[in-house]
Amino acid sequence: MGDNLISVNNVSVNFDYQENFISKKQKIHAVNNINIKIKKGSFFGLVGESGSGKTTLGRAILGANKISSGNVIFHDDERDYELTNMNKQDLKEYRKKAQLIFQDPYAALSPRMTVRDIIAEPLEVMKITNSRQETDERVRDIAAKCRLNIEHLRRFPHAFSGGQRQRISIARALVSNPKFIVADESVAALDVSIQADILNLLKQLQTELNLTYLFISHDLSVVAHVCDVVAVMYLGHIVEMGPSRELFKNPKHSYTKALLSSIPSIDPEKRSEAIELKGEIPSALNPPPGCVFRTRCPNPGVDCKGGEITMGLTEVEPGHWVDQCCVL
Amino acid sequence: MSHLLEVKNLDVKFDTDEGRITAVENISLTVDQGEVLGIVGESGSGKSVTAKSIMKLNPGNTSYNEDAEIILDNENVLQFTSKQDLKKIRGGKVSMIFQEPMASFAPAIKIGAQMVEQLLIHKNINKDEAKSISINMLKRVGIADAEKRFNQYAFELSGGMRQRAMIAMALSTMPKLLLADEPTTALDVTIQAQVINLIKDIIKEYQMGVIFITHDLGVIAQVADHVAVMYLGSVVEKGPVNEILKNPKHPYTKGLLQALPDINNLDAPLSPIPGNIPSPLDRPTGCVFRTRCPHHNPEGKDGKIEMKLIEVESGHWVDQCGIQCGQNG
Ligand SMILES: Nc1ncnc2c1ncn2[C@@H]1O[C@H](COP(=O)(O)OP(=O)(O)O)[C@@H](O)[C@H]1O
Ligand SMILES: Nc1ncnc2c1ncn2[C@@H]1O[C@H](COP(=O)(O)OP(=O)(O)O)[C@@H](O)[C@H]1O
Ligand code: SF4
Ligand code: SF4
Ligand SMILES: [Mg+2]
Ligand SMILES: [Mg+2]
Repeated sequence: MGDNLISVNNVSVNFDYQENFISKKQKIHAVNNINIKIKKGSFFGLVGESGSGKTTLGRAILGANKISSGNVIFHDDERDYELTNMNKQDLKEYRKKAQLIFQDPYAALSPRMTVRDIIAEPLEVMKITNSRQETDERVRDIAAKCRLNIEHLRRFPHAFSGGQRQRISIARALVSNPKFIVADESVAALDVSIQADILNLLKQLQTELNLTYLFISHDLSVVAHVCDVVAVMYLGHIVEMGPSRELFKNPKHSYTKALLSSIPSIDPEKRSEAIELKGEIPSALNPPPGCVFRTRCPNPGVDCKGGEITMGLTEVEPGHWVDQCCVL
Repeated sequence: MSHLLEVKNLDVKFDTDEGRITAVENISLTVDQGEVLGIVGESGSGKSVTAKSIMKLNPGNTSYNEDAEIILDNENVLQFTSKQDLKKIRGGKVSMIFQEPMASFAPAIKIGAQMVEQLLIHKNINKDEAKSISINMLKRVGIADAEKRFNQYAFELSGGMRQRAMIAMALSTMPKLLLADEPTTALDVTIQAQVINLIKDIIKEYQMGVIFITHDLGVIAQVADHVAVMYLGSVVEKGPVNEILKNPKHPYTKGLLQALPDINNLDAPLSPIPGNIPSPLDRPTGCVFRTRCPHHNPEGKDGKIEMKLIEVESGHWVDQCGIQCGQNG
């Protein structure tokens, strides 16, 4: 296992769905048979349109969503934690080691909590510190690392800008001294300048605190800039995965190619080069059989039409994996 | 030929409990028929307030300056007070689309009923004609089963379809000017590309003028003919899209470009613009950007010089102090 911090093995997450009490029960296939390994110290990116299952997968890895089948293993220095096989004590320890950065903590928390209280809450809930003094020290320490003004700890977050709130959110996620962080759309709502600032901060904290990230974003330009490995998700499946530069320079899957070409180029002379994808992502209630992207694929091969192909990644270059049906 | 829209020396101020704030100061813009003017800037820079002024949609605590003019089709919109006149700029000659399509639709009224009602207000036609115009417009924006959608509520549509329905409603009255306020900001890039292509096709087809507001310079590059860059209520630079993006002059425009992750240039560091946008209550005197500008010289003139755009290339205007300081720093 050595290099890896997280192994996701054949993980699927289904949700039960019933339109109303007389209709028949159905399954939402949010995440299907995912296999990924996240290396220690990596900035692992997960991209795809909304509804592709990114948040569900991120939450499953944190133990916040039940895993319907498969397993997630967290390889700590001393021992492994197997997510589907943890007792209460394990779960408690795992919570300290794996944390989520909320997109906006203020939206999820009481407006009467001060910045200090928001950051301190995980320490108190997980009973990590033994005295108020110790809690305050930890809060001040992490706030400084996140470049928050110590003077501001007594204030309420509604007075803060989007960038400052995001720093509060990061400090809260880091205060328990975790090793693994899931950042779910952490820069999505920010202006470009603040976005650049937060991305630089995440990078810096990664080195300083030896963090490993799962960075979820729908913005490919951002992911290309910060991530070293990227997985592209569509309708619950990873359709392509590989080292970031290789994947962006040399995309193999039709979906990755279409996504990349949809990014609006900053060059006004490069207009209308987008491979326009028709329609929208289908419902996860009834994913198409065979290749899940088939209903929108701009250039399906002859073999794709039947829909009998089983999806699954195959390695085309060292570390660069593509759904096998798109390679065939 | 005169411009379709000409905004001259517009100030917009709001009276609030904390005092009077300047949301927009001394901006001048033009839009011609068939032209897309992009307005770009961080949140709080006054983009939405500018657009709302054109429809006189800012609330009661708003004041406009006496010498400001918003000339649409040779009439000064700011003088409009009668219902009849206001109708012209609210759904008649001007329509607006938003980031959140639910802002356009009343949740409890069917899409079709709202479109018909709007048409009956603005056009001298009967209900049947209004219905057929509406259904044709829903088809035109790429909505399959338009007849069925006509009888549905907005919340029943998917995100992308809702966006299209909003565009159909805004266009059904054939406005001369479309105000698009971040219409693609909440969309996935794939759906954004569809909506951008749709808006571009429609502009060409109907030859309307458009103000396209976004904070995304990539979107600006794809849709705009001209661009105005706004910061804290001021236009600091404006000109043809190619000029502004490839030959930016103002430190703020340059800063925005350097903060942007460009997928074709992964080695470039992401450089944030230092500091935060000041509150409009503490709007800096002189150059509004000086509290964050890397070339700011505390002993220099930028606290005193009046902001004023000067033309540096044909059609390319930059704030004068920006150029002076740029040359010094
Ligand atoms: N708690 C839930 N119950 C039912 N369906 C859910 C739940 N969470 C997510 N889903 C569904 O799972 C699919 C994937 O959603 P999500 O993981 O949020 O995607 P993403 O984060 O990529 O936008 C969607 O179809 C979504 O509607
Ligand atoms: N009705 C109002 N009363 C007081 N301040 C307002 C009002 N509307 C907008 N503002 C302020 O005006 C400034 C410009 O806002 P806006 O045009 O919405 O910015 P943008 O669209 O560029 O994000 C902001 O500081 C905003 O808070
Ligand atoms: S397998 Fe076929 S249908 Fe699916 S993405 Fe590849 S080419 Fe398209
Ligand atoms: S006037 Fe000075 S502070 Fe303002 S933009 Fe120019 S260089 Fe910067
Ligand atoms: Mg999500
Ligand atoms: Mg706005």
